[in-house]
Amino acid sequence: METPAIPAPEARSAVPASLRGLLPVLLALPVLALFQGLMSDAPFASYLLSVVGVNIILAVSLNIVNGMTGQFSIGHAGFMAVGAYISGVLSLNFKDVALSFLPVAVSDQVFFVVSLLVGGLAAALCGFLVGLPSLRLRGDYLAIVTLGFGEIIRVVVQNTDAFGRALGLSGIPQTSSPAMVYFFVFLTVLVARRITGSSHGRSLWAIREDEVAAEAMGVDTTGYKVRAFVISSFFAGIAGALFAHFVPIINPGSFTFVKSMEIVVMVVLGGLGSTTGAIVAATFLTLLPEGMRSLFTLLGAEGSLAQKVDQIRMPVYGLLLVALMLARPQGLFGTKEIWDVLPRWIPRKRRGLA
Amino acid sequence: MRRLAPMLLAALAVMVAACEKKTQPAPSGEGGTQAAQGQGAAPGGAPADANTILLGQVGSLTGGQATFGISTRNGIELALKEANAAGGVKGKKLSIRVYDNQSKPEEAAQAATRLITQDKVALILGDVASSNSLAMAEKAQAAGVPMITPSSTNPTVTDKGDYIFRVCFIDPFQGFVMAKFARENLKLNTVAVLQDNKSAYSIGLADVFTRKFTEMGGKVTAVESYSQGDTDYRAQLTAIRKSQPEGIYVPGYYSEVGIIARQAREVGLKVPLMGGDGWDSEKLFELGGSAIEGSYFSNHYSPDNPDPRVQKFIADYKAAYGAVPDALAALGYDSARVAVSALERAKDLSGPSVRDAIAQTKDFPGVAGTVTLDAQRNAVKSAVVLKVEDGKTQYVTTINP
Repeated sequence: METPAIPAPEARSAVPASLRGLLPVLLALPVLALFQGLMSDAPFASYLLSVVGVNIILAVSLNIVNGMTGQFSIGHAGFMAVGAYISGVLSLNFKDVALSFLPVAVSDQVFFVVSLLVGGLAAALCGFLVGLPSLRLRGDYLAIVTLGFGEIIRVVVQNTDAFGRALGLSGIPQTSSPAMVYFFVFLTVLVARRITGSSHGRSLWAIREDEVAAEAMGVDTTGYKVRAFVISSFFAGIAGALFAHFVPIINPGSFTFVKSMEIVVMVVLGGLGSTTGAIVAATFLTLLPEGMRSLFTLLGAEGSLAQKVDQIRMPVYGLLLVALMLARPQGLFGTKEIWDVLPRWIPRKRRGLA
Repeated sequence: MRRLAPMLLAALAVMVAACEKKTQPAPSGEGGTQAAQGQGAAPGGAPADANTILLGQVGSLTGGQATFGISTRNGIELALKEANAAGGVKGKKLSIRVYDNQSKPEEAAQAATRLITQDKVALILGDVASSNSLAMAEKAQAAGVPMITPSSTNPTVTDKGDYIFRVCFIDPFQGFVMAKFARENLKLNTVAVLQDNKSAYSIGLADVFTRKFTEMGGKVTAVESYSQGDTDYRAQLTAIRKSQPEGIYVPGYYSEVGIIARQAREVGLKVPLMGGDGWDSEKLFELGGSAIEGSYFSNHYSPDNPDPRVQKFIADYKAAYGAVPDALAALGYDSARVAVSALERAKDLSGPSVRDAIAQTKDFPGVAGTVTLDAQRNAVKSAVVLKVEDGKTQYVTTINP
């Protein structure tokens, strides 16, 4: 079994303990501000990067359950839908309300964050309700239950007028920005990494490797599994809520079983248990179709070839996936992180890489 | 942690206390600047080649309604070919860039953004499915690029703003057409409705049909529903048979309707089926076989129309693609021709000028009816009712608004 990389022992750190929790956030903020500045007049790049960001959050959060804990959830799009619809309806209802002591733009962002958190919490609650009974069991039950959950959510949305039924919900204020999306990407990754390094993560890893042995060692398997699942659903809800605030219309067609499988594919491709693997795979798989579109446009310009080829992007995508899985069945990074794997691929001076 | 909870509560209390109505709607600021940027970019942002005008289309080329997207694309291609053969617009050739949206709104929004910002198209032609067109409309409106949707019939699409147009009628009209036809031409008293809960289009048609048919003195005996992709409809059909209707209104898509027709005959329902333009595909006759014979549906155009303009379009389309054009191809063709005529009339190729030119479209002779755009940017035009006979459609009547 592979042990996850452990961050440097905290004791040797020069940062005072009170700041240690906040430090990464403080470091991330100026970077995000700069990023937002760069993105301000590139709507296409903003949109594409936001989609990438949402997929990273989904993949990294699913990796907590499917990778680190070794359970098999295939209803992630369902939790995403809960977050998207709850926060979408909330934002829609509070569209014309502002906080009196703040400028309108700032108060919009405050409402946006609040509705994100509500969406996330609603998804977490669903995660708790779904996870509690099914995670007591071992094996494939979780897969079946999450599959059913995803479908239930879709059917409920399809038949509820408040959620716009089949046409979907449009007119949600488009208050999201790439900086906001990547702030939550950052938070998700931070939480995932902190879990890996903590005793909590060790317990999850023990469950993944051998549930009976873990229980024998005194790990409260159900408790840990449910907690991992709830955290994972929370971030899926956040991802859905972000999605609802930059895609002009959300409809049940965006949260189907196929979407759940796409996320599972990202996690498996990146390597089950590898957070950076999930990030790389999510980025790659999201940009691939758009990259092919650019490539084909370059090849054929306005010729009819490029137009015809736009339709075969998806089969090509599938073929590439099959080829990748044949070449590396354990996923890109296996259970390791990118910094454990890269030095072996790119020979370089081994310095400071313990 | 112990201090955190009261602090959060206090923050929440302050927020709730400070809530007030916005003095002006917030999006106007952001949307306004975006629109200004788009307009500023449009004249200078003509496609790299100065001798072509680039148009964009986003369609469902893959996914559940692929034949719709492909027909539309063919129709548009044919119209542009003709326009180019006639010398193009303002001395420039027209070309089109088509992106697939996999029948998903987020992909449609992405493709539309790409057309607007990367390819810098002068005008966008929309998709068939209304939710995809809605996603695109939002982006087109924000960037100030005019968009014409060939066949999205949901009323909300053109509500997005003054840059969004359509060349087809809207859902409520189609429901009204069938209700009127069933009541006045077929003289039916009782009809059952079988709607597709997964499709806003189907629900929209079914709702209006039910209301209008009841207003006209008819009775809707049962409303049953199914989900796109289902294969067994016997339970719903048996329930419908119990209510003994004289006809069944099934405003779904051809892929399901064919199977529904077969199963309706299996459970002993002999009454005619009625539907909307979602039936319009060659596949309907393949799937439905003899079971679909004697059914009626409302549509945008009929290939039997003797008008020479229509017959020329059909002949040209057949020569190019080897098939009789369906209504979606005809609407694609019309939308592209309306676009071409607007580009010709516009004083330049910037978003606002083209928008104003499209808005002035009046009595435009399309193959799917004469197009006049009203103040809501919807086309006011008549619908035809077709009957399925011997594995093809037969023109029955035209119903005016």
